[in-house]
Amino acid sequence: MPYGPHTPADRERMLEVIGVSSVDELFADIPAALRASRLDLPAGLSELELAAHLQALAARNRTDLASFLGAGAYRHFQPPAVDQILLRGEWYTAYTPYQPEVSQGTLQSIYEYQSLLAELVGLDVVSASHYDGAAATAEAALMACRATGRRRILVSRAVHRHYRETLATYLSGGDHQLVEIPAVLSGEAAGTTDLAELERLLADPSGPVAGVIAGQPNFYGLLEPMAEISRLAHAADALFVAVIEPVSLAVLAPPGAYGADIAAGEGQSLGIPAQYGGPYLGILATTDAQVRQIPGRLVGMTADLDGQRAFVMTMRAREQDIRRERAASNICTNQALLALAASVYLACLGPHGLRDVAALGAARAAELEAALRGVGAGRLHPGAYLNEFVLRVPDARSVHQRLLDRGVLAGLVMAEVEPDDPNLVDGLLVCATEVTTPDEIRRFADALGAELGGARWA
Amino acid sequence: MGVTGPRLQSTIFEKSRPGRGGGKVPHPPKDALERLPTAARRANPPALPELNELEVVRHYTNLSQLNFAIDTGFYPLGSCTMKYNPKVNEWAARLPGFAGLHPLAPDATAQGTLQVLWELEEILAEISGMQAVSLQPAAGAQGELTGILMIRAYHRSRGDADRLEVLVPDSSHGTNPATASMAGFKTITIASAPDGGVDLAAFRAALGPRTAAVMITNPSTLGLFEARIGDLLEAVHAAGALAYMDGANLNAILGRFKPGEAGFDVMHINTHKTFSTPHGGGGPGAGPVGVGARLVPFLPAPRVLREDDGSFRLERTGERPTSIGRLRSFVGNTGVLVRAYAYLLAHGADGLREVSDDAVLAANYLKTRLSGTYDIPYARHCKHEFVASAATIKRTTGVRTLDIAKRLLDYGFHPPTIYFPLIVEEAMLIEPTETEAIETLDAFAEALIAIAGEAAATPELVHEAPHSAPVRRLDEAAAARQPNLRWRPMTGAETPCPDI
Amino acid sequence: MVPQDLRYTKDHEWVRLAGDVATVGVTKFAADQLGDIVFVELPAVGVSVAAFATFGVVESVKAVSDLFSPLSGVVTEINPALAGQPELVNGDPYGEGWMVKLKVADPTELAELLDPAAYDQLIAEA
Repeated sequence: MPYGPHTPADRERMLEVIGVSSVDELFADIPAALRASRLDLPAGLSELELAAHLQALAARNRTDLASFLGAGAYRHFQPPAVDQILLRGEWYTAYTPYQPEVSQGTLQSIYEYQSLLAELVGLDVVSASHYDGAAATAEAALMACRATGRRRILVSRAVHRHYRETLATYLSGGDHQLVEIPAVLSGEAAGTTDLAELERLLADPSGPVAGVIAGQPNFYGLLEPMAEISRLAHAADALFVAVIEPVSLAVLAPPGAYGADIAAGEGQSLGIPAQYGGPYLGILATTDAQVRQIPGRLVGMTADLDGQRAFVMTMRAREQDIRRERAASNICTNQALLALAASVYLACLGPHGLRDVAALGAARAAELEAALRGVGAGRLHPGAYLNEFVLRVPDARSVHQRLLDRGVLAGLVMAEVEPDDPNLVDGLLVCATEVTTPDEIRRFADALGAELGGARWA
Repeated sequence: MGVTGPRLQSTIFEKSRPGRGGGKVPHPPKDALERLPTAARRANPPALPELNELEVVRHYTNLSQLNFAIDTGFYPLGSCTMKYNPKVNEWAARLPGFAGLHPLAPDATAQGTLQVLWELEEILAEISGMQAVSLQPAAGAQGELTGILMIRAYHRSRGDADRLEVLVPDSSHGTNPATASMAGFKTITIASAPDGGVDLAAFRAALGPRTAAVMITNPSTLGLFEARIGDLLEAVHAAGALAYMDGANLNAILGRFKPGEAGFDVMHINTHKTFSTPHGGGGPGAGPVGVGARLVPFLPAPRVLREDDGSFRLERTGERPTSIGRLRSFVGNTGVLVRAYAYLLAHGADGLREVSDDAVLAANYLKTRLSGTYDIPYARHCKHEFVASAATIKRTTGVRTLDIAKRLLDYGFHPPTIYFPLIVEEAMLIEPTETEAIETLDAFAEALIAIAGEAAATPELVHEAPHSAPVRRLDEAAAARQPNLRWRPMTGAETPCPDI
Repeated sequence: MVPQDLRYTKDHEWVRLAGDVATVGVTKFAADQLGDIVFVELPAVGVSVAAFATFGVVESVKAVSDLFSPLSGVVTEINPALAGQPELVNGDPYGEGWMVKLKVADPTELAELLDPAAYDQLIAEA
């Protein structure tokens, strides 16, 4: 066994003290009929062999593509200081800080994370983290139901498909109801939440609404009229849940500014690598008024017996180990190490650095839009966007494949994630960030131009 | 944890000075944001701290040194399985091919990771004796929710919509009833038998046409194998219900008991317990779920599939309508799963069986060493963990488990799990794991015995412990009554940090 | 010895009945068991409660407990001080730590409750 310290002499000594002659005696209480069949697994690998095997597998993933893929997980520059701090064993091999006297590092870092995100989203209280943006959004919906005593949730169709699917799963528990607000199909507001439809749904007397959920930017990269959606929700006594993207909050109005009651979103952009889907960072924030409804851990500041400032997990009696079947959520393990990564990232960048990341992404995206327009491919929607947009490309799926063959990952084929939406059938969701280079943009435009048989981008 | 360690740190907000930091990314063009409508723009920049890199590094390095961690000391935490987190796993997860892969990358460009996931599913299915595995859940609790939702889907598919009750023993982890509630079920708690195991008669009486499932931890949260599990599973299935196994204690039974073979319909696994993925100060983890044939159609989507030519792909959107859907975005906590995969490959069949052998051996050794000094409510051989109680010590000296736990910090040990399970008075749930040397086990036993002596001779020393941790006991009541959950500029009312 | 002018439930709530107005709280025994109380969740004014049904929740640092109403009635007042000072329940459980006032439908329900001697016995055996 690779990590076990016991020598045969150690085992002998332990058996002797216990008073048994073999370890099998300690398993004698497993009924014979239930004893396991042999574990049919290969023999263990030495570390050298293991490393070679893993390296070979990692090499089977392509890392050489010019990637314009976003759609909920983003390529960003991770300052090396972030990972080097995260590699300290005192951070990543520490347990949950239930014994605060020996966990002040973890506890203070979570308090600082809560504070940093509260600044970013403009709300009062931030939880110590949830699994990812989708699960956080689902918890936000359940919060809205608990807070209002109502059972109906409206979610914009322009919210990430995975988030809507997760909402559906989480809301299938009680007799909750999830209804989609359509997106506008044409005109200046195409691709954003249909406000007239929202108003109609809110006015339905048979189904008082607990919460309205919309994203900023939305899944298509477009900017939504968040203040108006907020007003409409509140006019119907519903809560407003904003799904946010944290880097964009350096430059976009935060949920606190437009009256959102709850904010949820994905923190992966804050110094966390893509890792094929996780572990990521679920952000969940709310106003002081709703603090008792927020699920998950919270860290607070207090003092010790000597009056020394210290940090501790607080309001614990909300959580599953104490409330059990009356807990608002079953969440136990969260994403503490990723909250640390986000904090270190924000500390390294500061407000100006974060603004520069957002602004660079916007600038590159505008360059990308111009370059692609130059070869004959335009945006599907006319509205304002930050750094992501849907490109209209006939026969998008096969163009995407041919571009891939040329070394360009041309974003996301919309038809793959929304197969039943006729409005998106020719769509590619493309994204640029501060790491996108002019050379990559040129490669994309040239390759697309060749596919469309059009001009080269000069 | 001596007093000569690094001092406490003020917050990054207090260290901030305007103009510090910068240089991480180039300056954007001045007009980069002009095309954005003013109404959508942020009026004021966020008040984030400005620090240069040295200050950031010092801050987080010093803070880290205030932490206890597996890399610094022993955590005998029952039910948590705080075993060594191998470094090669950290290296593996950080390989650029793994770390840099986008979750929506086309299948053809992700074959390495898809192979890892597919093989990991196979390995976990073999270990658990289950038919199929989903790696999607982000944590054990999310795995539980996945399992319970699949059970609900199963009953609904058979027109059995009235099964709205879930039975759990009173020793269960709090996540079990919380999960049942989240899924819309009513929890019925069944008192345990005097020997600590399930009360079979009580379960039989409660099982019926309204029962959807039972949730059982085996070995139980007392560290005892459920000898009556065969009869219980029979009774559950005879009543038309399904059996969920909470796999938190899997470290006790690798190669000895396969829940799927024994008759459990579904179980979750905590990779951050049994399979060494790091706790990270509270997360991330991963909670893969294994299922028997009955529940395969309901597994979360997308599953990882293997084609005839040996290549791998993800299920397409809508490909399997019977699925309960998604519990989260994308495929799962792949970074965590790569670490678990590496761990499992390093062990192989014999290595895994040895893990449980040594874990159970170490626990029984500690139990024997402590049995003269602490109450041991269940005398028979335990599995990977056991419950000790300070009930007699409390009665004779006034010193409680809480005090003993805090005093252990002064001896350089993290306390065991305390006041759980709820059915034992002044409980200490002790789980050494298989990766602690016998010298560590001995030192821990000797510390506990010494503290018992202190409780009799100098109880104030124990009541006021810890004495040598970075901070003393905290005012948790004030923290909960007047919550201060975020930094605001000092108003003079907050507790000041000592001068740095 | 517990206050002699009150009646008690076996779940450790007390009630003081004056005419058809009942004042309800938890006993010192309950407060001591819970430890430092950090939050009291009370119903809204106007809500009806049934005898022995839950009307709220009390939280301490490490525990939570349902509150069971001794009598049936309608909530007419909740103690406004508890939001900011939940520790009043620990410090003065029968006085400043009162929780709700009810307009009682049927004062004869009082007979179902424990008298002070019976409650003293209950907690002595605990």
